[in-house]
Amino acid sequence: MIEELARLARRDGPVTVLKQARVLVVRVGDVVVKAHPPDTDERALRARLDAARKLPGIMLAPLGLERLDGRLVTLWPAGEALTLADVDAGTTPWEQGGRLLARLHARPVTAGLPPAGGPSRLRRAVADLAAAGVPDPVAAPILAAYASLPPHGDDGARGHDEDGALTHGDWHLGQIVRHDGEWLLIDPDDLGVGDPAWDLARPAAWYAAGLLGPREWERFLTAYLAAGGTAVSADDPWRELDAPARALTVQLAATAVATAAKAGEAPDEVAQALLSACERIVAVTRAAT
Amino acid sequence: MECPKCHGRMRTFDRNGVHIEQCDGCRGIFLDYGELETLTRMEAQWAQHQYAPPPAPHAGPAWGGHHGGGHYGHHRRGSWIGMLFSS
Repeated sequence: MIEELARLARRDGPVTVLKQARVLVVRVGDVVVKAHPPDTDERALRARLDAARKLPGIMLAPLGLERLDGRLVTLWPAGEALTLADVDAGTTPWEQGGRLLARLHARPVTAGLPPAGGPSRLRRAVADLAAAGVPDPVAAPILAAYASLPPHGDDGARGHDEDGALTHGDWHLGQIVRHDGEWLLIDPDDLGVGDPAWDLARPAAWYAAGLLGPREWERFLTAYLAAGGTAVSADDPWRELDAPARALTVQLAATAVATAAKAGEAPDEVAQALLSACERIVAVTRAAT
Repeated sequence: MECPKCHGRMRTFDRNGVHIEQCDGCRGIFLDYGELETLTRMEAQWAQHQYAPPPAPHAGPAWGGHHGGGHYGHHRRGSWIGMLFSS
């Protein structure tokens, strides 16, 4: 599969496997080739690729769509991804991420765009707990926190298509690259109509779990608001962030313990921090009712 | 003018628009009407400027954890750093 995928790049040179999970991503020369999961909805993917093409300066545009062994394959210009060195040097582009999301959220929703993929990622992560063989006592706080969440439809926590905005659907630091000297969002696989606060919810969940420092969190949030970001209110951003950040805490905890279980390991400190956050979510929900 | 307490000579100083008479002998200070209030007001403004906490950062949720200790950034790489970059 990797060789055939690499051939689609029509480039010479060594092949680097960038990701091998639900998706398979390889790089050959200046082209990245991505094989999407076999169950990918083609119409939804096409609509998302079209939307990405219409977001110059915000999102990387695809080079093409092909098919290989029944799987949809997209081709992309290779950007320069963030490295651990960026994080270590304290040069993590939190501001650039915040600004790009603010600009994305300000763009109109294009016709035919499916719901953003955030909420379905949450459901998938929770459903994977059992499949990964996570012990019941470990899964318990995650499932309890999940049960305490406000309703989250496919279109995000707001629950209505009509007030949804253009939302990335799966934002983290791996979702920005430098290309031709500018930072751009990548990966429109979950792009769609949703609650844009979900795009800030992963860093918010990291922050609430004590994993991300307040300074980094402030850099990101302040840049988002300064760039006119509308997903959260400037005077009380947690009004909008609270629900999606709870959802992402559940998702991150579920993913972390599932990864540990698959590796036959106990949850590490990071997973423990997320499990504790799930316990606190359950506690404050109980206290409020 | 003459110090009302020790009858020493009083000298006038001007401090930020407030006239202060100070006795060369006993170092006592004489304030004109309203000048004590002016000083008090200036002190309050200064204190507010110096000691007021910075505007509240964007706080956090009711279920948020503590940020007291060291962060996971540099010394506990592993899964935390990986999580920054992956879905």
